[in-house]
Amino acid sequence: MRAFAAGIVVAALLTAAPVRAQTGAAPDFSNIEIHSLHVQGSVWMIVGGPFNAAVSIGNDGVLVVDTMVEPLADKFLAEIRKLAGDKPIRYVINTHFHADHTGGNAKVIPAGQSIIAGNFAAQVGAAAANQANVIAHENTQIRMMSDLKPAPPFIAMPTDTFFTEAKDLYFNGEAVQILHQPSAHTDGDVIVFFRKSDVIVAGDVYINTTFPIVQLDQGGSFQGIIDALNRIVDLTVPAEKQEGGTYVIPGHGHLADEADVVEYRDMNTILRDRFLDAIKKGRTLEQIKASRPVLDYEGRYGATSGFWTTDNFIEAAYRSLSQPAKKTSQVR
Amino acid sequence: MNVPRPIVAAAILAAALVMPGRAYAQIDFSGVWAPIFHEDQPERVPGPDVGDYAGLPINDAARMKADTWDASILTLPEHQCKPHPSTYGFRGVGNLRIWLDFDDATQKLIKINTQIQWMEQKREIWMDGRPHPPDYAAHTWQGFSTAHWEGPVLVVDTTHLKQGWMRRNGLALSDRATMEERFIRHGDLLTHIFMITDPVYLTEPLVKSNGFRLTANGIVDPYPCESVDEVVREKGVVPSHLPGTNEASEEFAAKHHLSVEGVRGGAATALPEFAKKAAAP
Repeated sequence: MRAFAAGIVVAALLTAAPVRAQTGAAPDFSNIEIHSLHVQGSVWMIVGGPFNAAVSIGNDGVLVVDTMVEPLADKFLAEIRKLAGDKPIRYVINTHFHADHTGGNAKVIPAGQSIIAGNFAAQVGAAAANQANVIAHENTQIRMMSDLKPAPPFIAMPTDTFFTEAKDLYFNGEAVQILHQPSAHTDGDVIVFFRKSDVIVAGDVYINTTFPIVQLDQGGSFQGIIDALNRIVDLTVPAEKQEGGTYVIPGHGHLADEADVVEYRDMNTILRDRFLDAIKKGRTLEQIKASRPVLDYEGRYGATSGFWTTDNFIEAAYRSLSQPAKKTSQVR
Repeated sequence: MNVPRPIVAAAILAAALVMPGRAYAQIDFSGVWAPIFHEDQPERVPGPDVGDYAGLPINDAARMKADTWDASILTLPEHQCKPHPSTYGFRGVGNLRIWLDFDDATQKLIKINTQIQWMEQKREIWMDGRPHPPDYAAHTWQGFSTAHWEGPVLVVDTTHLKQGWMRRNGLALSDRATMEERFIRHGDLLTHIFMITDPVYLTEPLVKSNGFRLTANGIVDPYPCESVDEVVREKGVVPSHLPGTNEASEEFAAKHHLSVEGVRGGAATALPEFAKKAAAP
């Protein structure tokens, strides 16, 4: 399946090491086409193979959420131009630091324009107007500098970070909430809620291609993923008969609504309860693996090869749930 | 020029016959149809017992998902207003209304609509040759359906289904399931045959049939639904049974004096050879 095969490419781009070092061969991006799907309101989902991004297009210009990978940046920009014409790209928001969500920053950011004037112009310099404003959680900026190897160029870095629970914007006639999800996929995840369009861009705290990717060494946790999914369920409101209403663009996979997120949340909660029961009974990781605790979901979300196998997930979930609960430094 | 009328009529008829893209309904299914429950009545009306997987070509993953399913999950507000997916709805209770949409100018059949009463399961079956959506498009409870005629039989293909169920006791279908259906009319009787393929939970296609009878004054009532908090529970709880702890999953076989192996399902258990083996002393 397209998403399954491409998962290897996605996975290679999750971490700092160059793609070639992890896969043995550079992935071929030349055959990947970029497509767009109008979700609702001002928001479009942009899809390039296994990579998802989103744009809001309106009178204020263009707001981009995630920039896919560097090799697709030109095609990605061309798709934005096809949808938005010459409207300026004012903002880029990165949902987290991984290179399959920030890889296109170096090309998308300088293609944008900011409105710089008054005292702010004196502080940052008039040249700052020649690029989009880049918003991310502070931990995303830190990890882009420390975890990505080679480090991205300066132009690719977030310019407008925050360390609190949320950051708000008003753009294209609607409130845009950027909500930090502490210790989920990484420690810098945000979900972006376009309130009037009624669309959430979830980043990798919600994907529907694999079991959740819990990056313990990057500040992630299994319970944090579940917490993030519950937050999305709290924010979404379905239309008639538990369908439509608020739409959710996943970090990877098909466009979703609350019912799809609920299914994924249910699975992860049920599996967490199984893992916790096994840990409480003193089972070792090997004993847990041998008991096939995720058999009922393996055919849908599992893999026996590639970066994120079923075993990888079980190990991450086990380790995450075996650790004492972390205190998160969430600032309101 | 004065052209004789028979020639004009013949020309119009010939043009109509060769005009491309026409898809007149060969059989008209429109009307309100009442379900006939002679087939599988215990499963379809009162509902199946927990642990009754008999006759279904399920795999171990489906069995585990059903064994660990707790009906209490349906009390969660997010689950209360889910309609049956189209992979199950035709087996449910309530009348079925079918109506047709034609293009005004060409009178070409554009769409066949169906609605089943319970939870207002509304479905569109496209007849205009449009393609199915791309794989990144949203999935719905009823899925995306297109159809064509094979003689008098309407053949429907459905993709983009949400995660659903094949039986109301936790036996799941995944959102990778697809369905092919046949609608066949015999006077006032409608036979609906469906074949579900699911690489996640089925080892081979699940084939079932349903019967309906045309009603003269049939009604399909509205079915509003508003979710509420039915149970006081800690936030984030999702009811389920831990693997191996659901004792109710074995009650069905005991109650009906059936072979446990048989009621656990699997393609082989639907074959005559298995019945002989199970009956052997």
